[in-house]
Amino acid sequence: MSVLEIKNVKKSFGRHHVLKDISITVNEGEVVSIIGPSGSGKSTLLRCATLLETMDEGTLTYVGKPAAWMEGSEIKYAKNLNEIRNKFGLVFQNYNLFPHFSVIKNLTDAPVSVQKRDKESVYEECKILLRKMGLSDKEDAYPCMLSGGQQQRVSIARALAMKPDILFFDEPTSALDPELTGEVLKVIKQLADEKMTMVIVTHEMSFAKAVSDRVIFMDNGVIVEQGTPEEVFGNATNERTKQFLSNYNK
Amino acid sequence: MDLSTMIIKMSDGFGKTCAIFFLTLLFSLPLGMIVALLRRSRFKPVSTITRFFISVLRGTPLMLQLIAVTYGPYYISVAANKLSEVYNWGVYFDIGVSKNKLVPVVIAFAINYASYFAEIYRSGLESMPVGQYEAAQVLGYSKIQTFMKIILPQVIRRILPSVTNEIVTLVKDTSMAFTVSYQEMFTIGKQIANSQTSFIPFVVAGVFYYIFNAIISFIMEKIEKSMSYYTI
Repeated sequence: MSVLEIKNVKKSFGRHHVLKDISITVNEGEVVSIIGPSGSGKSTLLRCATLLETMDEGTLTYVGKPAAWMEGSEIKYAKNLNEIRNKFGLVFQNYNLFPHFSVIKNLTDAPVSVQKRDKESVYEECKILLRKMGLSDKEDAYPCMLSGGQQQRVSIARALAMKPDILFFDEPTSALDPELTGEVLKVIKQLADEKMTMVIVTHEMSFAKAVSDRVIFMDNGVIVEQGTPEEVFGNATNERTKQFLSNYNK
Repeated sequence: MDLSTMIIKMSDGFGKTCAIFFLTLLFSLPLGMIVALLRRSRFKPVSTITRFFISVLRGTPLMLQLIAVTYGPYYISVAANKLSEVYNWGVYFDIGVSKNKLVPVVIAFAINYASYFAEIYRSGLESMPVGQYEAAQVLGYSKIQTFMKIILPQVIRRILPSVTNEIVTLVKDTSMAFTVSYQEMFTIGKQIANSQTSFIPFVVAGVFYYIFNAIISFIMEKIEKSMSYYTI
């Protein structure tokens, strides 16, 4: 079964059409990268999928559960959206950790107070997650004491603590220097190897090439081209894709 | 009258000064949050009306508000009774000036300070990055959980210095209750000063307020320190 199904999504801000009829299906264990120039609608698509933005038209389904659908020309959203939010996690470009919570509290609070899971087992699981992120000594630290790369790894752990079926990344390394970028990408790569379903919006072309099962190139609110990394990076058929990638292949 | 007698007499009023101070804080701090949230309401009429009330309360002297709340009801009832007589409504309002002036004094102080606190809260709420709300939303926090667990603690941290400022002002503003002859410390001090033609009671009052505020500042500094374990 597909984990995420987006169909015919349209979204405008005023008279500016940001998304023009976008459809994407993501299967279990698949890693999909979305690349494209700034302003192409990648982030808006992610924000629509994560319910931070409402779509004008389209359907959105998570693991067979409809989150949004069309009734005639009207879009309808599911009543219990939190049930849908349980299915996905989102890693923000600027982390958005809660600065007044310690690292471990950042991870455990939502599973305990939102998902109402057992406190002790959540703590145990979160400690394991932190170890996996290479942050076992940072449990009691506060986000302000961490480097950008560490903060981003905490935010990945925070998303994973909710046990999502799919994880979204919105330019997870854009705020980081190359060295810190490396440590975050390593963690994402590790997740990919574990067959975590992920959708990654990124400007890191070589990373997208290395980690993805499928690469989607978006421009001007439409999907211009998609395929395996080899197809898109090595063998792009569309002029616009070639032009965009030529800046990276130099 | 010697100094110690003066101090003892003025200490009698100090209890009432404290009553104004603590009761005003007790009511105005939460009321200010409600006002701030109404002010930020997306429903235009609510935010407009709230804005108007804040502008009136901040734009007129506290002294005037004290007089209005203390004597206003009485004068309105007198006027209403006159009208009732002329037009034969057959109703009679028996509203006097309340015997316990603490009630109108605290009401006036509380609504006045609530409007100042409301604007401080609003500045704090508006300084919160939208990412905090979004992160909470994606994690499934309810609106109330988001506000209580994520937003409010950070807002308090941000506005604490401004709140301290306002609290220090309140200590001194309690002396304003003399306008409605509420027997707090400053009113008594003034009476002694008049009857004894002495400046000393004012000096005593000054020392009282200064010590009170020194204690307040000390406590608020401790609270601020206890919250500064993270940087914004």
